[in-house]
Amino acid sequence: MMVVYPLVFAALLFSVGVYGVLSRRNAVLVLMSVEIMLVAATINLVVFGQLAAARLGDVLLSGQVFALFVIAVGAAEVGVGLAIVLLMYRNRATVNIDDADLMKF
Amino acid sequence: MSEYAWLIPAVPAASAAIIMAVGKRLPKGGAEVGIAAIAFALVLSVLVAIEVFGANVGSALHHTSAFVLERAVPLATFGGEFAFEAGIRIDGLTAMMFLLVTFVSLMVHVYSTGYMHGDPRFTWYYTLLSLFTASMLLLVISNNLMLLIVGWELVGVCSFLLIGFWWEEKQNSNAAIKAFLTTKTGDVGLIVGVIALWSMFQTFNIGAIITAVEEGVQAGGAPLNTGLLTFALIAMFIGAVGKSAQFPLHTWLPDAMAGPTPVSALIHAATMVTAGVFLVARLYPVFHASETAIVTIAIIGAITLFSAGLLAIVQDDVKKVLAYSTISQLGYMVAALAFSYTAGIFHLFTHGFFKALLFLGAGSLIHAAHSNNMSDMGGLRRFMPTTFWTFLVGSLALAALPPLAGFWSKDEILVEAFGAGGYAGTVVFVLGILGGLLTAFYMARVLYLVFAGTYRGAGTPHESPVAMTGPLVALAIPSVLIGLVNLPLPRFQPYAFSAWTMFSEEYWSHHEIALNVPIAIAATALAALGIAVGRAMYRRVPERDPVLHMGPVTQVLRNRYYLDHLYEGVIVRAIREPLARAAYWLNDRVIDRVVYLAGVGTARLARTTYELGDQRGIDGAVNGLGVSAMWSGARMRLAQSGNVQLYAGGLFVGVIVLGVLFATA
Amino acid sequence: MTGADVVMLGIAVIGGSAALLVVTARNVVHAALYLVVALLSVAGTFLLVGAEFLAWTQVLVYVGAVVVLILFGLMLTRAPIGPMAQHNESARLALLVSVALFGFLTTMILGAFGGDVLPLAHTTAGDLGEVLYVAWAFPFMVLGFFLTVSLIGAIILARREEGEGPEPLLDPDLATGRPEPAATDASSTPGVTRPSEEVPR
Repeated sequence: MMVVYPLVFAALLFSVGVYGVLSRRNAVLVLMSVEIMLVAATINLVVFGQLAAARLGDVLLSGQVFALFVIAVGAAEVGVGLAIVLLMYRNRATVNIDDADLMKF
Repeated sequence: MSEYAWLIPAVPAASAAIIMAVGKRLPKGGAEVGIAAIAFALVLSVLVAIEVFGANVGSALHHTSAFVLERAVPLATFGGEFAFEAGIRIDGLTAMMFLLVTFVSLMVHVYSTGYMHGDPRFTWYYTLLSLFTASMLLLVISNNLMLLIVGWELVGVCSFLLIGFWWEEKQNSNAAIKAFLTTKTGDVGLIVGVIALWSMFQTFNIGAIITAVEEGVQAGGAPLNTGLLTFALIAMFIGAVGKSAQFPLHTWLPDAMAGPTPVSALIHAATMVTAGVFLVARLYPVFHASETAIVTIAIIGAITLFSAGLLAIVQDDVKKVLAYSTISQLGYMVAALAFSYTAGIFHLFTHGFFKALLFLGAGSLIHAAHSNNMSDMGGLRRFMPTTFWTFLVGSLALAALPPLAGFWSKDEILVEAFGAGGYAGTVVFVLGILGGLLTAFYMARVLYLVFAGTYRGAGTPHESPVAMTGPLVALAIPSVLIGLVNLPLPRFQPYAFSAWTMFSEEYWSHHEIALNVPIAIAATALAALGIAVGRAMYRRVPERDPVLHMGPVTQVLRNRYYLDHLYEGVIVRAIREPLARAAYWLNDRVIDRVVYLAGVGTARLARTTYELGDQRGIDGAVNGLGVSAMWSGARMRLAQSGNVQLYAGGLFVGVIVLGVLFATA
Repeated sequence: MTGADVVMLGIAVIGGSAALLVVTARNVVHAALYLVVALLSVAGTFLLVGAEFLAWTQVLVYVGAVVVLILFGLMLTRAPIGPMAQHNESARLALLVSVALFGFLTTMILGAFGGDVLPLAHTTAGDLGEVLYVAWAFPFMVLGFFLTVSLIGAIILARREEGEGPEPLLDPDLATGRPEPAATDASSTPGVTRPSEEVPR
């Protein structure tokens, strides 16, 4: 298989994720978009891991292992992120990101 | 001795400088320097005269050429052609003028020590007297027309300064200006004439011009252009008309009586006013090359002598009478030169003495009566005998009673005019002989009004000091005797004045002075008649002066033929008004406008600088700093919106940019 | 065009469109469901590449846990059920940025790996296990520790304090028609201001 196919697929997912991050109003949806970006990066890792195993003789399967870790971390991040969103909702009664505008001078 | 003749004008010039520099500190206020200088000049003049007259007598006896001494120093040459030189020309005429000028000047210098005693500007007066004498001598001695013009103008300036000597009175300075401007009007003609002569002969040298005219050639050998010559001569004669107070430029001379009386005696009787006559005499052969010029001279002279004589009748101011008399006598001289060289200059010579005498006598009268007017005098014979006798002598000489000086000279004029005949000669003769009647009449009037009857003035008159009466006596002697130097006796003639002053032996030998007994008797009879009429009218001084009550005649004469009204009222005003208005316009609209615009311009510049430079520019920069800070802050504030997605977007954009940079590096 | 390529293309199309639908769906729940599809397609990619254990892990963790978490989050934050506008005013700019990013990435990828072929391999779970517990043992331990910590942290964050009332007022933009709850005492919660002053209308 041409290596560019999964790579371009990953790029597509990443770009879509960026769009979602920048344009969605609901915080939870932003989190979903972040997940998409993360997944795209994971694809990259796996593909390049396989490429390295084929070309460079990587016996440690670093790509896949790395991807595993990323998945785990991603899950943890979603949990924490949702906790934060819940907290925001609890204090502000809104999950509209535009209302979270206190991070300024 | 004639080699040193240049000292004759130089010494008075030096004395003028000395008096001006140190005169105030001298005991006599500078007068001693002036008198010494003029006395020296007189002595030298006598020596020169002896030499020249002697030589000329020799020429007359032996039929050799007349004495002419010429010395010149070239001054400058322009373009190789226009040559200026300073030179002297000593001949009989020059020597005669030397004698007259230095003698009368010396008398006036001595007289003035008494007359001007106590005047605050005594030293300046003597400076001017010396300067004037030097200028007149320069005029007389010069060998070329340019230098003559220099002398001519200098005597004009001195006359101006001396007429307006008491300039505190406005009318004195007015008179000075009038004199100067009127003679200046004539000087225009003089300069034009001299330039025309130069164009014909390419030289200013008098001797060269005379020679050229006698040979009938112009410069370059062309035949004489008589038309241009006539033009030049008439133009030069206009200068003489101005300077010698001929009709119609005579109006300045009566007003010039505003100056001190000794000045009137020197300048306006004997010397400066004779400069015009001298000019014609100097260029006698040249003038006689043009018939038209001669006729013009004769007619103007005749008109002058008669009209001035009429004016002298109705004057109340004794100096004015003498002024008009001078004008009249100048007319005689000028008319005489149309016919005879000797007649003209002999009358100039004799007139100088007795007119100076009369003026100084008048000064004595004025000094005593403290007034110029004859209506304030009267009966002064008792108080001032010396003045009376000398004045009488002078009057009789003027009236041309034989054997006094005036008779011989005036008679000669009449004889020559009669002898010349023709239109000009007849006019001159008739008017001249009638003029004699007028002269005798008005002098008789003066004599009776001043010396007879009772004193009508204020205070008590007394005889003048010796300083004043001395010159009177000194001048009376030549007034009596000087006529005898030119007795019209054939045997005497080679030793006579006519020989002394000859300019060319040919002329002299062809123009004998003859005695015409009928004319002499007629003239004397008319003079006697005039005196008799005067005596009859004024012996018992009448209450009403009959002369002043001749109705319209008096009116016209008192207003001097309305000439002054014409000159000042019409001509001067017509020129002065537009000129004054134009000058005012120029000053107001142009010059002041420039100043005003400079001011307005500066104000505008200041305002612009304030508005644009300061308010908009500098303040704008300062304000702009603040505004731009606020504006940029407002823009930059957008980056601090607090919008998380904006931050994330910025982050991603940055990633892209960096990625592209690194990729393309 | 090998078979793997065709399958890959198919998966890419499905996954890509699903992801697009995630970010553009009006209904938030639909978005979550589209997310499932996208994640499943990613798992398919893993399978194709040969990482079978990873593919199943992906399904388990993401599709199973993360999506469920997200759904719970949507529920707890009273996300609006019906369709509504979901995009903010800078959506066009975001589109621009994402398109630019995609273009850039694709250019880079094609330039670097344009004609490269990925040899198909098959990595068994045993292979992964051998490597994971031997060479990567220490990071594995740390990972476990890390997961525990984050879990604890999330719990701490999300728990309610004593005396706190029920969930506060709703955002009127996300109007759901629920009755307003009682006001909460926020004095004991650090960094929190009174909601009635905070919430913009």
